[in-house]
Amino acid sequence: MRKGNVRARSVTAVALLASCAAVLGAGAPQGAVLPAAAAGQRAPRAEQAPQQPQADCDVYKSVPASTEDGPAVKAIKARRSLVIGVDQNSYRWGARNPNTGQIEGFDIDLAKAIGTALMGDPEKVTLKAVPTAERIKFIQEGRVDLIVRTMTITCDRLDQVAFSKPYFTTSQRVLVPKSSPARTIDEAVNGKTVCAASSSSAEDELKARPKVGKIVTVENHLDCLVLMQLGKIDATMTDDGLAASQAAQDQTVRVVDGEVRPAVMGIAMLKNSTDLTARVNQVLADYHSGGAWRAGYDRWLKPYMLNDADHYWPKEQAR
Amino acid sequence: MVPVPPGGPAAAVPATGLRARLGRATGTAPGRLRLAGALLAVLTVAFGALTAWQVNSRAQAAERVVSYSQPLSQAAADIHRSLADADTTAATGFLLAGAEPKAVRDRYEQDLATASRLITEAAARTTASSPAQGWLTTLNQQVPVYAGLVEAARADNRQGFPLGGAYLRYASDQMRTVLLPAAAQLTAAENQELADDFAEAKAVPWAAYGLGVVTLGALVWVQIRLFRRTNRVFNPGLLGATAAVLAGALWLTVAGLDAHNGLARSESRGAAPLRALNAARVDVLTARLAENLHFVARGSSTTYADLWTTTTEHLESRKEGDGDLPRGGTLVTALRLAPPDASPAIGDARTRYEEWYDRHAAASRLENVDADYQGALDATVTVKEADVPKSADASFSAADQGLANAAGIELKEFRQAAEGIDGDLRTAAVAVALLALVAAVAAARGLGRRLAEYR
Repeated sequence: MRKGNVRARSVTAVALLASCAAVLGAGAPQGAVLPAAAAGQRAPRAEQAPQQPQADCDVYKSVPASTEDGPAVKAIKARRSLVIGVDQNSYRWGARNPNTGQIEGFDIDLAKAIGTALMGDPEKVTLKAVPTAERIKFIQEGRVDLIVRTMTITCDRLDQVAFSKPYFTTSQRVLVPKSSPARTIDEAVNGKTVCAASSSSAEDELKARPKVGKIVTVENHLDCLVLMQLGKIDATMTDDGLAASQAAQDQTVRVVDGEVRPAVMGIAMLKNSTDLTARVNQVLADYHSGGAWRAGYDRWLKPYMLNDADHYWPKEQAR
Repeated sequence: MVPVPPGGPAAAVPATGLRARLGRATGTAPGRLRLAGALLAVLTVAFGALTAWQVNSRAQAAERVVSYSQPLSQAAADIHRSLADADTTAATGFLLAGAEPKAVRDRYEQDLATASRLITEAAARTTASSPAQGWLTTLNQQVPVYAGLVEAARADNRQGFPLGGAYLRYASDQMRTVLLPAAAQLTAAENQELADDFAEAKAVPWAAYGLGVVTLGALVWVQIRLFRRTNRVFNPGLLGATAAVLAGALWLTVAGLDAHNGLARSESRGAAPLRALNAARVDVLTARLAENLHFVARGSSTTYADLWTTTTEHLESRKEGDGDLPRGGTLVTALRLAPPDASPAIGDARTRYEEWYDRHAAASRLENVDADYQGALDATVTVKEADVPKSADASFSAADQGLANAAGIELKEFRQAAEGIDGDLRTAAVAVALLALVAAVAAARGLGRRLAEYR
């Protein structure tokens, strides 16, 4: 029953996405359309958003895909295993199944595919749970080789680590109880008590909306669902994927139509191992073209997402 | 007619008339004798009554200590500990999820049942005006709410929803911000009542001692006056009265000192170490909770690692002290205050605690340095029989058990020292009252003989 209006809306959403090529991630004001920066160059900060430092960069850009094994890839292959940092707390993306003890989800399938492609043997892949706040540190200290963990590509992060080409598009969505009459994001948040994870894009977005009644910040986005179930908040803002995971865990909440602050996810790795990045980009391209990306999507996310799979595969931007 | 008591206010009688009657009474030898008899009778009876009253009020306070305020104080501490234990055990069971042993589930349910029972009992025994009543009401309302949140967490976890972890953290948050503070306030209120009762029971009956001295002085003075006047060395009645008052004063002194010592011992070897021990036990449980919740949060939060650090610091400070100053902390205090019998149990608990601390550090290294979450979790809590003795859980359980044993010993010490004190004091009150009556009768008879010589 959702699908009907979703299709109509996805057209506008894609249009919005296309126009917002470079605005992703780090907080441009809603609706601001910035020109995509020239590759590799750093443009001055956007004049129209003085309160939020806005570095212009191209989050879609990465090293061209390659099947060559460079020095970094060879060094990893010489070791016993490839270590991939993952999440174990995002349902359907990367979550520890309490009954089996195994981590599973969309990101996990992707991580295993990359590991198998690189090492030639799934046994030679080690998955390590990495805390959100330590992701960049783990990469820089070489404790993990790759991170596949719903990690949004932002200009700040591009300064510190290298990213693969994006493999998923997300945006901020709003969840409300099914009984709520709200039809748009504005209706759902204006004058209401809205929950968001602290220092998340959702919090930035809510702070930029003066009409929001009250903002409740919590440590983990799931804490918002607890508060919503207990009737302590009216709505939750979180990203596409996490909103889907919340809706998957509670049949009585729904995702409101409309999305803001589009962003893309990528696989993070050391900045100077460009051959590894190129290799990962090749695996990623094969993963998508071979249908595994869609299979993973269908398996883990489809029942809970609002749009078609194509909506979430980042489109190459015409520069 | 009985003459007007000396110095009595007798406002109705004109001053001149009173002075005249006093003059008539003291002017003659029989008058003076009558007056002395009245004086001694009043003094001895007053001494007996005052002593009986003062000692009896101390006996009542001593009885309250044993049968009312100490049990209530211990009940409050038990409520606090049961709730903390329930929270800790719920987190352990949650981490073990499907493999949760029945013993863990039983312990959680036992904790909540104990807390609910103690809350009901304490509410029934606490007067409506006591500040404790408000805290008990809060606890009564919030325990079912907490239990509901934990069940929601379990249900979500069984379905494999990470939401379960969020629920458990929320439940634990409620426990730590609403329930445990209320229990701590309740314990503080009950401890204050206990301290008040201790102080009342231990108070020295100075008034009784003072009046005893005055009475003895009066008896001696009357006998000296009689000796000078009649040259008879002994007046058997007055001598008997003196002996009786002296015996009463002696009984009062012995019983008073005995009670004071007993109460002081029950406090220093029982109540005070128990208070310190209860604080340490709650800290141990909180540390364990922090350790568990850290894994429930699955690396999404540093809150619980911080809680572990502050709680273990509170248990036994690891900061370098100033020079020779010993390291502080609730566990250190509990060990320092412990009576000799309880020391070994607390010492054992401390050793196991140190072991636990080291195991926790090892698990933290596994998790943070090697990013081996499952390994760290297994090192903390496990269902594999063979690995259980090596887990942090085993060290925690041993430390917790050691402290529980020590609490049992200290409670026994308290009871041994404090029980029977109220009975001894009551016996003393009755005995002194009877001796004073005997003294009054003896003094009256002794003076009556002298008075008869004037007929």
